[in-house]
Amino acid sequence: MNKITSPEVEIENYTLNFGPQHPAAHGVLRLVLEMDGEVIERVDPHIGLLHRGTEKLIEYKTYLQAIPYFDRLDYVSPMNQEQAFALAVEKLLGITAPPRAQYIRMLFAELTRILNHIMNIASYAMDVGAMTPFLWTFEEREKLMGFYDDVCGARMHANYIRPGGVSMDMPAGLKERISDWADKYPKMIDDLESLLTENRIFKQRTVDIGIVSEAEALAWGFTGPNLRASGVPWDLRKSQPYDGYEQMEFDIPVGKHGDCYDRYLVRILEMRESVKIIRQCLDKMPSGPVRVNDRKIMAPPRAEMKTSMEALIHHFKLYTEGFKVPAGETYVATEAPKGEFAVYLVSDGTNKPYRCRIRAPGFVHLAAMDAMLRGHMLADVPAVLGSIDIVFGEVDR
Amino acid sequence: MNQPVPSSDRLQETRTQILQALAGDVLTAEIVRGELIATVKRASLVKVATYLRDDGLCQFSQLIDICGVDYLEREERFEVVYHLLSMNRNTRIRLKVAAGEDTPVPSLTPVFVCADWLEREVWDMYGVYFSGHADLRRILTDYGFDGHPQRKDFPLTGYVEMRYDEDQKRVIYEPVKLVQDFRSFDFLSPWEGIQKLLPGDEKAPPAPAAAPKQGA
Repeated sequence: MNKITSPEVEIENYTLNFGPQHPAAHGVLRLVLEMDGEVIERVDPHIGLLHRGTEKLIEYKTYLQAIPYFDRLDYVSPMNQEQAFALAVEKLLGITAPPRAQYIRMLFAELTRILNHIMNIASYAMDVGAMTPFLWTFEEREKLMGFYDDVCGARMHANYIRPGGVSMDMPAGLKERISDWADKYPKMIDDLESLLTENRIFKQRTVDIGIVSEAEALAWGFTGPNLRASGVPWDLRKSQPYDGYEQMEFDIPVGKHGDCYDRYLVRILEMRESVKIIRQCLDKMPSGPVRVNDRKIMAPPRAEMKTSMEALIHHFKLYTEGFKVPAGETYVATEAPKGEFAVYLVSDGTNKPYRCRIRAPGFVHLAAMDAMLRGHMLADVPAVLGSIDIVFGEVDR
Repeated sequence: MNQPVPSSDRLQETRTQILQALAGDVLTAEIVRGELIATVKRASLVKVATYLRDDGLCQFSQLIDICGVDYLEREERFEVVYHLLSMNRNTRIRLKVAAGEDTPVPSLTPVFVCADWLEREVWDMYGVYFSGHADLRRILTDYGFDGHPQRKDFPLTGYVEMRYDEDQKRVIYEPVKLVQDFRSFDFLSPWEGIQKLLPGDEKAPPAPAAAPKQGA
């Protein structure tokens, strides 16, 4: 009988290039995957393909000119980032926005949170095989962008929240339209959940995938929904409230397992809480000015400029030279839909920031990709990537 | 998430505590605009960070951010700024370390895992070297990029621009050609009259100071 011997084969790890142009990469991400068969041994994310030097550009722009850059960081949640910058500048200037402006900011911050979460859930669902949520939620996004359009004239890149308030008051009728929408929206979340939450395929792709324990989440610097999905009840809107969040009543959804499924559930529940906040903002919205009454910081109304020379000079000065911010530095963190979005602003007393560091949550989350993916299968890459909600505008800045 | 003590008191507590416990390592600690800022001796950075993370009264368990700032006029021109967050006590602290172009800053990767990419970014953008970092590669700039773009002496336009060359059928890099010079206006004193010479004035001979007028 012949002895069967197999020749000795040296098995080498296989290196696989994922991206930079991959539909599931949520933008331009290049992952260099070291594979042992179908199992991932090591992940090396290469980022920076969308690096535009935002922080450097801001150093050469006046404070007012810097705001549009914030829309273009995380381009699915523009207003939250404007809010962070506006709050930082306001802190250095020593002013606060009038109450009505704060309510409008909160209202739109929460609308933006929903805008962000449905985009994430929809594209995530598509990554793991469900097409319908994508189509349904984009209809909803269209409505939300309609509100953006109504309030500032742009559907995405708003440039609406300014240091000292917002650029203009909400037009008549918008409050009622948002109110109508907020009545119907929970039904939409129910529909979305009926497609995904108990969906067998969706659960197979997400439950127990990419588990992040509480200790790991803290060590990797996770913030926002990703941290809460791992069981840490931390939300800056509650713990370090800004604008008027201390007056709002809402709950913080917290996950248990820290897997991809929990991150999805936390986002679904957060949308329901956001609807609650939107409802409270609409009900309690005070009347009054939406801009601080300081001509050295905010331009006068257009009507005044037609008659007053001084107003015209102020307008000209503000839109050429801009306002000067007292020397100093501050770190202002806000709860953006993706996590802690913060601006570390250093001013040297001139009309331009000396340094404007943007702390983007996605950058830190993506850094944990290697640890999250080790030992998983290749097919889990889009699932994990989608669940941590990455947008390259803010990762690469 | 209850706040039994107002935040400023807790900051003051933390401030006095670190000034006592880490005397010699923490150079200054002050509270400005409700933010605790501590300057730390470069060599003691890891010790300070470990203390802040592990001490029961500090519990700064999360490293939120690392960034660089370039102060061109200082002798050690860079400042590396660390933001730590304590979720249990709901406080933040900012650590600052000075660094020159050739002086390495000890890496915080052994203390906080997430320092990895954040330090890579500071290295990429400012060229601050982190000693003890296992994988200090560039992160945001292009493969093969030269220079550190966020330094104040690096021009906003950069040095090279990239385009696809039809003849060579590949992407090539060329020195930046600007159609118009990069304009930067002096906004700081436009109401205070003209300070400098007018264009063309430098050709004229300097006017004799207080020359007596003829025929006066």
